[in-house]
Amino acid sequence: MITRKRLAAGVCGLLAAMGVALLPTPATAGEPDAKPSPKVELTLDVSGSMRARDIDGQSRMAAAKQAFNEVLDAVPQDVQLGIRTLGANYRGEDRKVGCKDTRQLYPVGPLDRTEAKTAVATLTPTGWTPIGPALLGAAQDLKGGDGTRRIVLITDGEDTCAPLDPCQVARDIAAQGIHLTVDTLGLLPDAKTRKQLSCIAEATGGTYTSVQHTKQLRDRVHQLVERAADPVVTPVPAEGSRQCADAPKLKPGLYTDREKFAEHRWYRVDVRPGQELRAAVSIGADRAVNNDYGVLLRASTVHGREIVRGAEAGDGRTDVISSGLRYPKAPMDAPDGAEEAPAETVCLQVSNSFSAPASVRTDPGMPVELSVDLVDGPSDASDAASFGLGHGWWLLGALTLAGLVAGLLWGWISRWRVTVWRTN
Amino acid sequence: MRTVRILTTAVLAGAGLLGLAGGAHADSATPSPSASESTGAAGPTEAGTSFRTATAVKPDQPATADASTGDYLYWVLPVDVAQRATVKAKVTLPPAASRHGAATWRLDVYDGLRRRQACTYGTQSRSAAADAGTVELSCTLRTVRSWAEPWANDPLPGSYYVRLTVVDLPQEDLGQPVHTEVEASVADQGGAQAVDGSLAAPLVPGAGSATAKADDAGSSPRPAAMAEPDGGWSSGRWNDRWLWTAAGGALAALAGIAGYRATRGSGRPARIPPGA
Repeated sequence: MITRKRLAAGVCGLLAAMGVALLPTPATAGEPDAKPSPKVELTLDVSGSMRARDIDGQSRMAAAKQAFNEVLDAVPQDVQLGIRTLGANYRGEDRKVGCKDTRQLYPVGPLDRTEAKTAVATLTPTGWTPIGPALLGAAQDLKGGDGTRRIVLITDGEDTCAPLDPCQVARDIAAQGIHLTVDTLGLLPDAKTRKQLSCIAEATGGTYTSVQHTKQLRDRVHQLVERAADPVVTPVPAEGSRQCADAPKLKPGLYTDREKFAEHRWYRVDVRPGQELRAAVSIGADRAVNNDYGVLLRASTVHGREIVRGAEAGDGRTDVISSGLRYPKAPMDAPDGAEEAPAETVCLQVSNSFSAPASVRTDPGMPVELSVDLVDGPSDASDAASFGLGHGWWLLGALTLAGLVAGLLWGWISRWRVTVWRTN
Repeated sequence: MRTVRILTTAVLAGAGLLGLAGGAHADSATPSPSASESTGAAGPTEAGTSFRTATAVKPDQPATADASTGDYLYWVLPVDVAQRATVKAKVTLPPAASRHGAATWRLDVYDGLRRRQACTYGTQSRSAAADAGTVELSCTLRTVRSWAEPWANDPLPGSYYVRLTVVDLPQEDLGQPVHTEVEASVADQGGAQAVDGSLAAPLVPGAGSATAKADDAGSSPRPAAMAEPDGGWSSGRWNDRWLWTAAGGALAALAGIAGYRATRGSGRPARIPPGA
């Protein structure tokens, strides 16, 4: 196998050398100074119930403070972190006032650890649990910039401020297309709290954790803050239209959109001859949906002829359902008078077969992530086997037999010729 | 007798050639232990939560992640032509005392175009009893080919996403801490599945836009899914069919010589008197 390895190494070396010589490497694109810094807001419930002393023998508030202190010490350099409280100030019984009680404790920005810790230390469990308004406030705090945004919501009880449903609030925030994720942590949650918090997480593509111990709280918050610091491609908002004719033209890239149940969204991509279109779509199930669902991504010509499709169906619990397609356009010679052959406009249709019980709101639509890519076309197969080469014992047997027969024939013919020559 | 000897020689020579081909196959199928040890030490300890944020892993590199029950955990690994990937996952469940019933865990594998890939072997989905401590899942993909028709979803070289999640559980158990371990291994299948044709770029998200975007420095960071196999993507041109075919050609030549000589007997026509 030495030959093979050497060959491979040689080819790789050559390719690498060519790559270095010809192309600026993509790795340079992610320089830290050019990267938009991710923003995180820790949103802490400081309602009266946080006084309960049931996490590792200390109060929920003390556990949260301890966790915050340790997390603040380890926040990655480039993360902009803020802290917001809910229910920290109003002691009274008036629900209307209590439900507006959310305040930014520490502004989102480069972190001054001492200042942030001092601010956290002053908190005492006080009032109501206005999760919805707190989420709205947090989304406001995180405005601006292109980086990812993350809200880490820590609470021990469900929202007491109906009719504003925090789950719907979260979905509306996520639908603004600002790459916002809400991760929720419930401190010893009851059934209602769990349902509400997991609904908020589901609505924004976040995670839900049920916390029983201080260490668990600290590790999880730390993990979520670290996660925010990971570099990630942020998709560009696009709005697909109802038919292909007026659909937006997409260049290669990653796009987000929203699609309601049974809605169709169209996009257009220009594919030049000799190029291959690659498209992938994911539709997120960000709300309670019926058990069976599917997605269809279809590429068709502007005249409506289907070229190729990608479809997928599934059932049960899921975050997204996705599918993809490839469409290599055959190379074509440029027509007379033109420099290159004209590009073909390919219509991409995204549709879904999600459904939901009547009680579920359909607006805003479910999140769609569409990735469009154009690469050079493949070198097509001229034979089923690689270069038409053979493989296996039957091939050897057949070739050997053929060789033997050829040798025998050759020998007999030459012997016969010698005999004929000798007799003459 | 001479004929027999010649034929035996030919067959032995052929077998020698074949030994080369067969050895090649065996060599590449078993990754050297030292390589797997050195890469295995530094496996990632976090997992992504979506296709976009999937954590890159290498074959034979164990990845671990602490998560909450109900999280969707994503990893991504590069798989090249002629490789057959096997993904194994082990989930350490929260203590049985804090759980309320059986939970079903599931391992899904998607290709670079986010198309779900079929598992040919392995338990992709398993239900853990209420008192079980761990769940083990595995999925063996089909052998990756260098080319497929656009209408097929045959596995092609590129990124493969692994998604691990719980699909069915009592609602009370959501959000409890779990520990997951995922390890993918690839076995080289040799040329048996080698097809003609090849893709211009592996099925990696952003393969086409990566070079175009490299010019403007402020563009989005390089996605983790763009990781390459050790030594880069293979061209797909080399496979052991070349050896088989060459060996066949050599055997045919030897057999031809043997056949030719067999027609000549001892080398002198019998009716010519000795010394003539």
